[in-house]
Amino acid sequence: MTVGQGGFEAGAPAFPAAAHDELRNAQLRRNIRRATTTIRAKTARVIAELPDWEALRLAGEAIKRGAMHGLDRHLLQLEAMVTRAGGQVHWAEDAAEANRIVIGIAQGHGARSVIKVKSMTTDEIGLNHAFEAAGIRPFETDLADMIVQLAHDKPSHILVPAIHRNRAEIRGLFLREMGLTELSDEPRALTAAARRYLREKFLDTGVAISGANFAIAETGSVGVVESEGNGRMCLTLPDVLISIMGIEKVLPLWADLGVFLQLLPRASTGERMNPYTSAWTGVRPGDGPREFHLVLLDNGRSRILADAAARDTLHCIRCSRCLNVCPVYERTGGHAYKSMYQGPIGAILTPQLRGPGEADSLPFASSLCGACYEACPVRINIPAVLVHLRGEVVRARQATALGRLGTENLAMQAALAMFERPRLMAAAVSAGRLAQRPLQRGDILPRLPGPLSGWTATRDFPALPAQSFRAWWKARA
Amino acid sequence: MRVSLFITCFNDALFPQTGRATVRLLERLGHTVEFLAEQSCCGQMHHNSGYRQEAVALVRRFVRVFADAEVIVAPSTSCTAMVRENFSRLAAFAGDAVLAEQVAALRPRMFELSEFLTGRLGLEDVGAYYPHRVTYHSSCNGLRTLRLGDGPERLLRHVRGLDYVELPRAEECCGFGGTFAIKNADTSAAMLTDKMRAILDTGAELCTAGDNSCLMHIGGGLSRAMAGVRTVHLAEILAAEETRA
Repeated sequence: MTVGQGGFEAGAPAFPAAAHDELRNAQLRRNIRRATTTIRAKTARVIAELPDWEALRLAGEAIKRGAMHGLDRHLLQLEAMVTRAGGQVHWAEDAAEANRIVIGIAQGHGARSVIKVKSMTTDEIGLNHAFEAAGIRPFETDLADMIVQLAHDKPSHILVPAIHRNRAEIRGLFLREMGLTELSDEPRALTAAARRYLREKFLDTGVAISGANFAIAETGSVGVVESEGNGRMCLTLPDVLISIMGIEKVLPLWADLGVFLQLLPRASTGERMNPYTSAWTGVRPGDGPREFHLVLLDNGRSRILADAAARDTLHCIRCSRCLNVCPVYERTGGHAYKSMYQGPIGAILTPQLRGPGEADSLPFASSLCGACYEACPVRINIPAVLVHLRGEVVRARQATALGRLGTENLAMQAALAMFERPRLMAAAVSAGRLAQRPLQRGDILPRLPGPLSGWTATRDFPALPAQSFRAWWKARA
Repeated sequence: MRVSLFITCFNDALFPQTGRATVRLLERLGHTVEFLAEQSCCGQMHHNSGYRQEAVALVRRFVRVFADAEVIVAPSTSCTAMVRENFSRLAAFAGDAVLAEQVAALRPRMFELSEFLTGRLGLEDVGAYYPHRVTYHSSCNGLRTLRLGDGPERLLRHVRGLDYVELPRAEECCGFGGTFAIKNADTSAAMLTDKMRAILDTGAELCTAGDNSCLMHIGGGLSRAMAGVRTVHLAEILAAEETRA
């Protein structure tokens, strides 16, 4: 496996082309619009209840900044504390190394299958594919992840991976994949079918895999936050637990959780308190797994940390609120991003994790409306990072002769030359008035050539009026 | 007050009527308006598209041209937001401490038209008359960067003859986003369709805003759809007066 590939689709079409197909899917548009409208209203309601939400956001931001500032120390402390509590810590520089470590442990226990807690990080490293290649069957136990896995589909939302499916589609899937003959599309019936299917897996699988929402350096505790309780089954029933976490998930103090356990549920699911919050510290005889492994994954994160203009990306707590408020995501859905990190956070995280030259269209997949920044519980200025990443794409393009001769760069340089000499701008506007004549219909231009045709495919463009403001001002004086 | 107008390159070439209205309005309110001919563009297009070096050159030009201005007023939310939010970031990118100081000195003197009227001048009734049913699009930069709040709405509610109607889902972007509208034309069009639906549902004959870039987008869509609804910049409404023949 190539470094950092994992759950990213290699050679995927750029965002505009992928979005074109998704935008035409009427069922998907309705499913996503309904889901995001509902969750937006719910999160807004519970957030409005708190008098100190803005103070909490500031605290979350400050804690994350501190955690990143001393990341090296926090990680070493975490390793020492986990080890002292009887756990084993592994360091993985990239996806391939992380997969090798995890599969090695599973094979050491003779596992033929593993059960999994919902985890973005294991998607990121493509762990399921690696398991299958090693002859081990991974079973997703989060309901939505299970739906995606059964359907051989891809997740389309960080928190609700099957948000693009409605219950009629899920009913059909369960009937087909679980060998059922009868099933209604009532949420209750669907949940009961999933429960029957999953209980067997919980009871007869010896190795569980999880991610981590947080790890506490001070105590060596690792934690998972979930809504269904299926995660807790995985975390407590099997003999062996392997948790894979990105190195940015470490928090210095146990008390820091006081902030994040308020921010996360309200921002993500619109709940006041998270239903199942599990935290464990190493192993304890007669209680839970007998063996605990923590895999600390870099996979591009130290590169992000080194970039002062983008490192706040690592503050993300994966609440997915930026997806739910994003007008682009609401229309394209998650699949257009060709990554398991979608929406605004995906548009900044995916290109950085993959590295320069990859996923270059994602930083441009935003109108910079700022709804994500306003919604982010840890105040990541996503629009500013998007603009920074656009700058990096342009810098790389301008470093080659071909890039410098590209239409866009030439147009931008011409615009700059004009803006630096207002007289030249006046001359250009006059020339434009002549040039637009064959295209003009009254005061509009219904059809523009070249790259601008994207505009006029659905919108008229105003014709240049006879007199510019500056000419009017001059004549007036 | 001596008001230095930053007309913006976009308004200068494509929407001169907005600039003329701004001059008319400010002069009617008793202010002296100046237009510095050396001004051009704030660099927003270059900055938002990733052309940072180019944007820095335009920041330098802007602070030089407006160095002595008492107050700078622009009939554009996004250009004002560019000066307020991104100039300091670009000065930092350029590693230029002198430029950073010049930007810091300029920032408090930079106003968007409606915030100049309601905030700096404390006005709500500017003596306008505009007998039409109008809805207002808040523009992302006006809403989130400049935090204009209900200022523009208060100005509109004090216009005689104007039938103001609120726009549903007002916090949603119209899908313009500069080069986004071209690079991601399909997604932009999908956003615009929903914005047009919200506007049409109000029954307004005109949609106004403090930014002609949003209005060019919304207006371009309405025009293509032959919707029979037009767009007009807020300055033009506020400048309008009853004419007695």
